[in-house]
Amino acid sequence: MMAENKDNVTRRRFLRKGVWGACLAGLGGAACFLGTKSRKNDTVWQIDPYVCVQCGNCATYCVLEESAVKCVHVYAVCGYCQICFGYFGPEPLDINEGAENQLCPTGAIRRTFVEDPYYEYTIDESLCIGCGKCVKGCNTFGNGALFLQVRHDRCLNCNECSIAAACPSGAFKRVPADKPYLLKRVDHA
Amino acid sequence: MIRFGHIIISIAFFLIVCGAASGVERFPPPDFESGYELPSPTTPHPRRNIYEYIDAVVLLAALGLASYLGLKKRSRRAIFVLMVFSLIYFGFWRKGCVCPIGAIQNLTLSLFDREYAVPIVVAVFFLLPLVFTLFFGRTFCAAVCPFGAVQDLVLLRPVAVPNWLESGLRLFAYAYLGVAILLAATGSAFIICRYDPFISFFRLSGSLNIFILGACFLLVGVFIGRPYCRFVCPYGVILRQLSRLSKWHVGITPDDCIKCRLCEDSCPFGAIRVPTAEWPARDYDKSKKLLALLILLLPILILACAWAVSTGGDLMSRTHATVRLADRINLEESGKVKETTDASAAFRATGKEVKELYAEASNIQAEIKTGSWLLGGFLGLVIAIKLIGHSVRRTRTDYEADRAACLACGRCFEYCPRERVRLKETKQTVGDGE
Repeated sequence: MMAENKDNVTRRRFLRKGVWGACLAGLGGAACFLGTKSRKNDTVWQIDPYVCVQCGNCATYCVLEESAVKCVHVYAVCGYCQICFGYFGPEPLDINEGAENQLCPTGAIRRTFVEDPYYEYTIDESLCIGCGKCVKGCNTFGNGALFLQVRHDRCLNCNECSIAAACPSGAFKRVPADKPYLLKRVDHA
Repeated sequence: MIRFGHIIISIAFFLIVCGAASGVERFPPPDFESGYELPSPTTPHPRRNIYEYIDAVVLLAALGLASYLGLKKRSRRAIFVLMVFSLIYFGFWRKGCVCPIGAIQNLTLSLFDREYAVPIVVAVFFLLPLVFTLFFGRTFCAAVCPFGAVQDLVLLRPVAVPNWLESGLRLFAYAYLGVAILLAATGSAFIICRYDPFISFFRLSGSLNIFILGACFLLVGVFIGRPYCRFVCPYGVILRQLSRLSKWHVGITPDDCIKCRLCEDSCPFGAIRVPTAEWPARDYDKSKKLLALLILLLPILILACAWAVSTGGDLMSRTHATVRLADRINLEESGKVKETTDASAAFRATGKEVKELYAEASNIQAEIKTGSWLLGGFLGLVIAIKLIGHSVRRTRTDYEADRAACLACGRCFEYCPRERVRLKETKQTVGDGE
């Protein structure tokens, strides 16, 4: 079959094999490149609390119905204030502990008495929506013990994080998965 | 809510963290007298690495199985079952991430950004299907890709798309690949992930617009087989080229084609090429002239496309956050707008120089401008090669699967009478008596 075409076929086959080999070599090269330039561990998204501006995008831009970003409280930084500006809205003229002054839109912060005059504030993560209102209050008037973090029991680790794309201050970054949190540090230790 | 194990882990983590110092301290933390102990914040862990490796192993197994089922076993039913498994595993269970389509961007970024390193699993996800395609054709598309699977499931009333339309629409996939690479290389955006139509379907949450986009694709997909795979998928563009060269490939017939024409309409993706006779001499001469003209036109076409796309360079650079921010700051500085945005306020709070930002932005803009010339050139080349491809006719004696377009789904197998013979469903008569 195809006797008169034999030369043509051979040439085409030869070319084909050559390109095939080149492609395989190219993939090998890519594999080598990636071997030298890849990391064993995955990376995950996290918020740098010192860059975050509490714009509120975290609550709305996450692909999850209820954002993967939640407020985290580092107790060691907290001043245990009686009037906490993360817990109460800032009312410069009339600061009191009335329940109507609570800041959190979902009531996710629980306040418990420790000893006079100190109160402990605990975040109920099942209620927190990551809006960052309390974070703003605590950062503006208090020690900044409250801050937003991506919670990795919820985060889907999208290749392009929707919140990161909408973050106005570039606070989102990828961190190694074995150190997935950027918790605030304490300066009296 | 607070789990005990996590407390222990986080206390340990905390002791390490406590070493360094920073932060505002307006109210010094109290010294408690009541013996109150400081609780620690919980830090739930991300998915462990081992699961990522399991994903890679599942991918390898699925690719191997898909190739075996398509090329050796030739069973559409088995391919279908594997496809459903992949849809459930990679789609609904793994929620569509990691996927090789999106991995294009990670790889590109790691090529251009010195600091960015791809996780090894992502690299494996990108490379494995390519290697398999180089050996077995697009078996990845057939039964492993969850995107393909979800579209394949809704394909109920296939309608043929004319060749010229198919070829023209496919240009979009090349353009999409080019733009995605350009934007990933400059660190602007990962558009493949951003406009991934089925992801919110897999997660059953996410942006409503994307959900509607996905629904549209599925609706169209009822009539036009796998619209995303054929006209949009940027990874498919790479797979097409490798599949052309593949060492082995699924065939319509298990042995010899008897030109019975039964398979002619079996492919919903228009991937079956019918036999063509030798050209009449007149057509041959005409096409020779056309070919010469096209080859002469090639550089002009490339330049024209490069210029045309480069005019959209500024538009594309707006996808980069720094460029957008610089634009906004510029507006505010010049007094054209009074109010600030979150981004501009955040920038001013950092105390960075405005000039620095402008320099950075114009740098990025210049990069994207250069990139858009290259992108345009690439598109011009694709168009030229397409035109040349259409003006050259190959003589074909058998019904064959077009290696580039064939998704190795195996729908055509059962149409072939020789396949029935192979399965011993019919006596060894079909095509033997001639």
